[in-house]
Amino acid sequence: MRLEGVSVGYRRGRGWVRAVRDVDLTLERGVTYGLVGESGSGKTTLAHAVLQSLPAHGRLLGGRILFRGRDLATLGPEARRREFHRRVALVPQDPLPSLNPAHRVGRQVEEALDPSGRSTPELRGRAHALLEAVGLADPERVAGAYPHQLSGGMQQRILIAMALAGEPDLLVLDEPTTNLDVTTEATILDLVRRLVHDSGTAVLYVSHSLGVVAELCDRVAVLYAGEMVEDAPATRLFTQPRHPYTQGLLDSVPRLGSTRHEVTLRPIPGRIPPATDLPAGCVFAPRCPLAVDDCREATPALEATPEGRVRCWRWPEVEAGQADPHQPAPAGRLHAPAEDAEAVLEVEHLAKRFPLRRSLVELLRGAPRRAVRAVEDVSLSVRRGHTLGLVGESGSGKSTTARSVLGLEAASAGTVRLLGDELPRRLERRPASAIRRLQMVFQSSDEALNPYRSVGSTLGRPLRRMAGVPREEAAERVARLLESVQLPRSYAEKRPAQLSGGEKQRVAIARAFAAEPEVLVFDESVSGLDVSVQAAILNLLGELQQVRGSGYLFISHDLAVVGFLADQVAVVYLGRVVETGPARSVLSPPYHPYSEALLSAVPLLAPGVERARVRLEGDVPSPVDVPGGCPFHTRCPRLVGPQCREQAPPWRHGPDGHAIACHIPLEELASVQTALFGDGGAPAVPGATSEGGDG
Amino acid sequence: MARFLLRRAGFLLLTLVFTSLLIFLITQALPGDVARILLGREASAQALAQLRAQLGLDRPLPIQYLTWLGDFVRGDWGTSFSTGQPVRELVLSRLGNSLQLAGLTLLIAVPTAVGLGVLAALYEESWIDTVISLASLSVVGLPEFITGLVLIQVFSFRLGWLPANSSIAPGTGLVAALPYLVLPALTATLVLLAYVARLTRASVLVELGRPYVRTAVLKGVPWRRVVIAHVLRNALLPTITVIAISFGWLISGLIVVENVFNYPGLGRLLTFAIARRDIPLLQAVALVAVLGFALANLVADILYAVFNPRITLR
Ligand code: SF4
Ligand code: SF4
Repeated sequence: MRLEGVSVGYRRGRGWVRAVRDVDLTLERGVTYGLVGESGSGKTTLAHAVLQSLPAHGRLLGGRILFRGRDLATLGPEARRREFHRRVALVPQDPLPSLNPAHRVGRQVEEALDPSGRSTPELRGRAHALLEAVGLADPERVAGAYPHQLSGGMQQRILIAMALAGEPDLLVLDEPTTNLDVTTEATILDLVRRLVHDSGTAVLYVSHSLGVVAELCDRVAVLYAGEMVEDAPATRLFTQPRHPYTQGLLDSVPRLGSTRHEVTLRPIPGRIPPATDLPAGCVFAPRCPLAVDDCREATPALEATPEGRVRCWRWPEVEAGQADPHQPAPAGRLHAPAEDAEAVLEVEHLAKRFPLRRSLVELLRGAPRRAVRAVEDVSLSVRRGHTLGLVGESGSGKSTTARSVLGLEAASAGTVRLLGDELPRRLERRPASAIRRLQMVFQSSDEALNPYRSVGSTLGRPLRRMAGVPREEAAERVARLLESVQLPRSYAEKRPAQLSGGEKQRVAIARAFAAEPEVLVFDESVSGLDVSVQAAILNLLGELQQVRGSGYLFISHDLAVVGFLADQVAVVYLGRVVETGPARSVLSPPYHPYSEALLSAVPLLAPGVERARVRLEGDVPSPVDVPGGCPFHTRCPRLVGPQCREQAPPWRHGPDGHAIACHIPLEELASVQTALFGDGGAPAVPGATSEGGDG
Repeated sequence: MARFLLRRAGFLLLTLVFTSLLIFLITQALPGDVARILLGREASAQALAQLRAQLGLDRPLPIQYLTWLGDFVRGDWGTSFSTGQPVRELVLSRLGNSLQLAGLTLLIAVPTAVGLGVLAALYEESWIDTVISLASLSVVGLPEFITGLVLIQVFSFRLGWLPANSSIAPGTGLVAALPYLVLPALTATLVLLAYVARLTRASVLVELGRPYVRTAVLKGVPWRRVVIAHVLRNALLPTITVIAISFGWLISGLIVVENVFNYPGLGRLLTFAIARRDIPLLQAVALVAVLGFALANLVADILYAVFNPRITLR
C-alpha cells in the first residue's frame, strides 16, 4: 500500500479540520511498520484512512491511497469488497465491541474464511485450526462461546484469528494490546511476531507505546500534531533519533530498572496543539528545545536522511552533534530517602471478601456461602518519605487493597495503622484527623473533580475544612498549591472542562496535598496520561515527596513506572503478597516466579535485543475459587512438584528485607533466573545482578 | 430458565392480587349506590336493603373483597348488572375479538414499521429518510379518532371498499370478520407505526456505528449480509420488546378506536361498563386488561433474553 500526500479532515461546522496532513507512507510485504504518537497525533485517523473506515464526518481531503497499484477512490463497491476488504484485515484496540455479540465466535471465524456466511464441516475444521494457531487450547469450546463469555486476551486472539483467516496482504493493528495486562500483552505480541514472520504480510502497527513498537517493528514513523516528523528503522530511531520530538518522547519514558534517584525524566513542556489552532512554521516549535526564529516562520519539509526521513530544519546539526535535541533536565536531583525512616502506614493481614448471594436452591441444599476473595492476605508498610509500589495484573486485588486502606470499602479482616493508631475499617467512623492524613489520587481526575466548581474552590475546601486555613488566607494558599504543582496562579478561576488531562491530574494532586497528608495513595494515577505528560507528573510527585516527606502507596500495572518511583515494591497475585522488598532487590534476581514473568513481559526500549522470555499461560484464576497450595501453581512456569499444589509456600528471606513466598529456595531461584534487563536495556547477562541503569 | 419463569409467575400473581385490590377499592369508591342503580329511584327502602343483603353489600369490605376474588378465581365472575348476562362469557367473547384485532394490527404494523425504520436508517439523511421521518412524525401527532374518521371517509364513503361500522355479531368467523377488522387495524397501525419505525431507525443507526460492523465489512462480507445477519440481528432486539408490550395495549387500550368503529372489543366493553356503573363487568374487564399487560411484559422479557445471548434468565 502506498499513501501519497494524504490529508484527512473532519467536518467542523462549515469548514474542515485537518487532523492528518500530507503523509507519505509505503507499506511493503514482510515489513512491520510502527506508527507512534501521543493522543492528538492523528495516528488513529491515519489508520482509519488506510482502512477506508473513516467516520461519516471524516474525509480524505488530499492525496491518494494506492493498494496493489490501484487508487482506492476509483473502486466501485463490489470491486472494493473483493479487491480491498478481502485483502486487508484489522486487529482493533477493543476486541469485544468488534465482535458481533449475538453470533457464536466459531461462526464469526468461519465468516472470515467465507464471507457468504455458509457453514460447512470443512469451514468449521479450518476455523478450529485457526483458533488453535492463535493459541486457544480448546477450539471446540471457544468456537461455541459468545464473545462476552471469553476473557479480553482470548477475544483479541479471536480477532487475530479472523484477521489471518483471509490471508491478508495488509494487516493493520490498532493498539491491540492497550487494554490488556502486560503478561497477556506479551503473549499476544509473541503471537503477532510469529504470525507476521510466517505469513510475510505487510503490517501497520499503530501504538502510543514506544516499548511495544520497539519490540515488534522493523521501521517506525513518529506522528506529531497530524504530521509525520520522523521515519527511520527501529534500531536507529530508538538509539539515535534525529527529531527533537522523538528524542523528547524517549527521554520521557521511565525505563525498567532506572529509579528516580539515578535518572531524571525530561518531560516535554506544553502540550500538543489542537488541529484547529496550529502554530505557524514548525508545529513542534513551541515545545522544541532547539527552536530558532526560522523555525517559527517557515515550515520544514520531510527531508530524506541516510535511512529515513525527518521534518526538522536543524537535523544536520543534530546528526553532527552540534545541537542537543534533549529537553533541559529539571534542576535538582532527588536524593534517596532516609533508610531508617519510621513507618507511617502499616497494613497487616488485610482481607476483603465480597460475599456472593446464594440462590434459593443452594440455600436449601445448605451449600456454603461463597465469596469473591478480592484481597486475601496483604501486609504492607509505607515509611515516611518513601514510596511503596504495589504491582500485579488486573484482578490481583491492587485497587481493592487501596480502597480498603482508605476505608472506601470496609475490610473483612486485618488492621490498618496510621502513625501507629489503628483506624476503623469504615471511612464514616474514622476521625477527621485520620482522613486528613490519608489522601488519595484516583486514576481518572474526572472522578475527583467536580465539573461545576472552579479549581480555586476545589482546592479551597480541603484547605479550610481539613488544614484549618482561615478564609482570608485561603486564596493565597490556593495560589501556592497551584504553583507547587507547576500550574499558573490564574488557574484558580478555571473549571475542570477548560483543563487538559495532565492539568486536571495536577489539580487532583494539589487537592490531595491541600490537606497536608502524611500518606497518599495513588491508584493508577498516571496510567491514562501521554508519556510526555506522565513524565512531568512523575517528576512532580518525586519533588513533592522530597519537600513534604509524605509516604506514598503507589499502585500501578506499569512496572517501569513503579520501578522508577518506588523505594519498596510489593507484588500481589490473587489478593496475596508474593514478593516484597527494596525496589532494587525485587527488580533483580532472585525473583518470585510470578514477578519474573511480569518483568519479562515488559516491553523494553531496545529493538533487536534478545532476552529471556518467561510467558504465563491462561488468565488469572477466578478469585471465587482460589487454587489451593501456592495460588500461582496453575500458571507457574517453575512449578517444582506436588508441594506447590498442596502446601502454602514458605516465606524465604533475603538481605535488606527482601522476601519471596515460594517453595524454591532463593539461591536456586537466583541460579536459574537471568537478569531480565541490564544497564539502559543492554543485553542481559545471565547471573548478573542489576545495578540499575543510567537511562 | 425454569427458575426465572417460576419467579416471574409468582411476581405476576402478586401484581394481580395487588391490582385486584386496587380495582376493587376504586369501584367501591365510585359515586352512586349499586342497589339504587339497579332498582331505580322509586324503590322502597326495604327493597333496597333486601337487595343489598342479597348482593352481600352489607358485609364488611374485606369480606366483600375476598368473596369477590374467590369467586373470580373459581371462574364465577358474576352477572352483569346492566345486561343480566354472565360476565365471564361476555368478557371472554370480547377478549377474543380484541385478540383478533390486535393480531391483525401487528401483522400490518410490524413489517411496515420495521421496514420503514430500517430503510430510513440505511439511507440516513437522504430524501428517503426525510420522507419517512416526516410522514411518521405527522401521523403520530394525529389523534386516533381523526385518522379513523379520515379512513372511514376515504375507504367506506368515497370508495365503498370497506364497512364503516365494525360491530360484528358474536360468533362471526375470522374470515367473515376480516373486512370489518381492516379499518380499525389500520387506525391502530398508524398509532404504532411512527413509534416503532423511529425506534427501529434509531437502533439500526446505533448498531451501524458499532465496531463489529467494520469487522464484518473488512472480512469482505457483502453489504446485504452485513445488514441482515449482523446489524438487524442486534438492532431489532429493543423493537421486539416494544412490540410485545404494545400487544398488551392493543388488547385493552384501543378504547377510542373501538368506539369510532363500534368494534366490540374489550375497550368498548370497558366504556360500556363505566357508563352503566356495571361494577362486576368493570372489575372483570379491568382485571383481564391488567393480566394482558403483565403477560405481554413477561413475553417481552423472555423474547429479549432468547435473542440476546448476553442475557441469561435467572
Ligand atoms: S524545525 Fe525547529 S522547532 Fe521544529 S523541530 Fe526542528 S529545531 Fe525544533
Ligand atoms: S511455590 Fe511453586 S507454584 Fe508457587 S511460585 Fe513457587 S514454584 Fe511456582
